[in-house]
Amino acid sequence: MSLGMNGYIMKIFKTLLPLCIFIILAIFLWRGLYLDPQRLPSALINKPVPQFSLSTLANAQQSFSQNDLFGHVSLVNVWASWCNSCRDDQPILMDIAQNSHVPIYGFDYKDDRAKALQWLDSYGNPYQKIGFDGEGVVAIDWGVYGTPEIFLVDKNGIIRYKQIGPMTVEIWRDKFLPLIQKLRAS
Amino acid sequence: MERFVIVFLLIIFCNSYASPTDMYTFQTITQQQQFQGLVQQLRCLVCQNENLADSNATLANDLRKQVYNMVIQGKSNQDIISYLTDRYGQFILFKPRVEPSTYVLWFAPFLLIAIGFLVLIKKIRKQ
Repeated sequence: MSLGMNGYIMKIFKTLLPLCIFIILAIFLWRGLYLDPQRLPSALINKPVPQFSLSTLANAQQSFSQNDLFGHVSLVNVWASWCNSCRDDQPILMDIAQNSHVPIYGFDYKDDRAKALQWLDSYGNPYQKIGFDGEGVVAIDWGVYGTPEIFLVDKNGIIRYKQIGPMTVEIWRDKFLPLIQKLRAS
Repeated sequence: MERFVIVFLLIIFCNSYASPTDMYTFQTITQQQQFQGLVQQLRCLVCQNENLADSNATLANDLRKQVYNMVIQGKSNQDIISYLTDRYGQFILFKPRVEPSTYVLWFAPFLLIAIGFLVLIKKIRKQ
């Protein structure tokens, strides 16, 4: 029995279908191999920063709240003196603070005040203001689960991006800078 | 010798193990059960295969405290889970919620089985 043109096309389609499904699945699974479950996407992207009020690290009388983040595009870095990876991106953060005109704010997470101040003496202080989050309660509001975590906040106090793990030159150049330019323009 | 074996077995089997959640006290049994239920279904994000009930990570400690405070304030399971997923995303639940973003996750296996089944039936019919 000979197949008409339609039947022929149908036959090819049916033969190729399992292969296509396999290829699609393979693409997803292949991509999955490179996803790191330790790096979870932030649930706070495009949401306003949580309200908070902390005393600053250097001066317990001074305070740091979400109001400090309005009016400019800024970075908020969650760090601690006991966090080893936090040393890795200090040079980059210092460079950003001095050369890129993007203010960096910090949360000192579950730390000891004296040790934190000592750490800043040793490794430099790129921060406009540092909130002392000794109990880690504010960090929970920001969805922090591992330091360092660095957030990009826009002029209206909306969180636009979160980087988990130390900042690198590549990440700054490829992920943050384009976003910052876009946010500043709007 | 036998006595030694018996005593040895008694020792290793008659134990009670302390869990990180033992230090919390509750007004009512319902609250205690609510707390236990919640910390067992929430993931520790640092030691990601452990739940909040068992993990000794600092973050797990902090989150347990947070859950405890909300339980004794009388918050519902829904409220507490929403509070955590708002901040940490779906991954903090061992069982993701069934909602549009997770439909594929939940239903794809059944869909694939159904497709396979249909193909099988077709093949059998041809014979």
